[in-house]
Amino acid sequence: MKAIVSVVGKDRTGIIAAIAAELAACNINILEISQTIMQGSFVMIMHVDAEGASVELSALCDRLQSAVDGWGITVHVQHEDLFASMQRV
Amino acid sequence: MFTNNEILETIDMLDNRHLDVRTVTASLSLLDCIDGSAKKCADKVYDKITRVCARLVPVCENLSARYGVKIVNKRVAVTPISIIGSACGDYIGLAHALDRAGKALGVDFVGGYSALVQKGETKREAEFLDTLPQALSETDIVCSGINVASGKSGINLDAVGKLGRIIKDLAYRTRDKDSIGCCKLVVFCNAVDDNPFMAGAFTGLSEGECAINVGVSGPGVVEYEINKHPDYDITQICELIKRTAFKITRLGALIGEQAAKELDLTPGIVDLSLAPTPAVGDSVARILESIGLSRVGACGTTACLALLNDAVKKGGVMAAKRVGGLSGAFIPVSEDAGMIEAAETKAITVDKLEAMTAVCSVGLDMIAVPGDTPAEVLSGMIADECAIGMINGKTTAVRVIPVYGKTVGEKADFGGLLGTAPIMPINGGSPEKFISRGGIIPPPIHSYKN
Repeated sequence: MKAIVSVVGKDRTGIIAAIAAELAACNINILEISQTIMQGSFVMIMHVDAEGASVELSALCDRLQSAVDGWGITVHVQHEDLFASMQRV
Repeated sequence: MFTNNEILETIDMLDNRHLDVRTVTASLSLLDCIDGSAKKCADKVYDKITRVCARLVPVCENLSARYGVKIVNKRVAVTPISIIGSACGDYIGLAHALDRAGKALGVDFVGGYSALVQKGETKREAEFLDTLPQALSETDIVCSGINVASGKSGINLDAVGKLGRIIKDLAYRTRDKDSIGCCKLVVFCNAVDDNPFMAGAFTGLSEGECAINVGVSGPGVVEYEINKHPDYDITQICELIKRTAFKITRLGALIGEQAAKELDLTPGIVDLSLAPTPAVGDSVARILESIGLSRVGACGTTACLALLNDAVKKGGVMAAKRVGGLSGAFIPVSEDAGMIEAAETKAITVDKLEAMTAVCSVGLDMIAVPGDTPAEVLSGMIADECAIGMINGKTTAVRVIPVYGKTVGEKADFGGLLGTAPIMPINGGSPEKFISRGGIIPPPIHSYKN
């Protein structure tokens, strides 16, 4: 199962490291990363392979959010089919 | 891979524009539960609902977490109980069985305490109609839709007259909660077999064993998109609504297909309706205003609603494998912040709402009227809506609440998704003589198509 991890919020040092470390701990492989600053906000989109993940997607979202707790950052983890359904004919 | 903008747009719709799946409704046939013994029939009904739909709520919760999409309601819709209870006659017992089964599953509503009497009532159906006030006031989550007219059969004026009295009785029995019982009863013309929305959901006789039907929402998304383009002409606005409706519907189709797969049930239809809630940013009235009305109810409202309804269907129909239900825009007064405001400031009237029902799905919905409104006036409202539906070949309905003990200037508060409603005045004289004539209004000439 492939998922999209999106991380949006206030830029600071260590966001990618914190998220990537947590993904590795959950046995989730990062397939693609895109990171930019949009209108002053840190925006990172990761395409990940959660096939061998040690946790459910909902629990993963909670763990990633905890990893950046208090940093003014919001994390979403969603199955990629959501975006394929809504954004592709 | 998707672009950042595509991903952020989707997340913005879900997080900030109230895009959600309004309901996942299991449409379940109870025909094999018919039994001459009242106890056996009620037991079979309870057992079948709790067995077939056992995992409905946990599966929906899992899907919700997997996709990050809120599924607001989980519901069950069953074969009209007037038929299921026709052999035993204990309709009240079946109403309680539905209520208990729904609560055991943790669903929000069970629909199907219904009857289809557009061409006449059997003895049992007449008995069934008489149980409606007791059944709906003694249960919490049971809903009822009664079809009293169709384009093929005409309007059953006897049933229309009876429903006016039933609504009054139900309002009195639930007077301690602003007559909330009436929120669970809707009177239809041209009711559909696969509607996932309450209060009118039931499983028609043409349906299979059990299917998962989905109702999407998302007025906030449409309003937001329109507000981004103040320079668009109306053709471009229609196109914009179509594109937005496509995305909204795709979300519903995805959830419906996945839910059916995991429950091992048949994937049913996606209902393309835009369903509002009382929350700010989730209003159909605000869409109409964003198109260019200073307030919903102004001249031009019916035209804006017509283009919205049509564009939603055109955008949605390509997005789902099977489309059905009511599919259009809902305009319930108490469940829509913009409608509530317009009713409070008298910008919108019952007369204008009636005109709007000629071009929307479905009809006069969640309208609170004075508690002393005579039964025959309620029947007159129903007859008018039925006439619009019958002549124009569309579904129309009336869900009206004569709030006991309250009058114009006061408000009814139903709580939750049902919202609050200012009591609206009804104009005109009395239709008493017309309603008391009884009989059947024949179907229009264009119903004889063969």
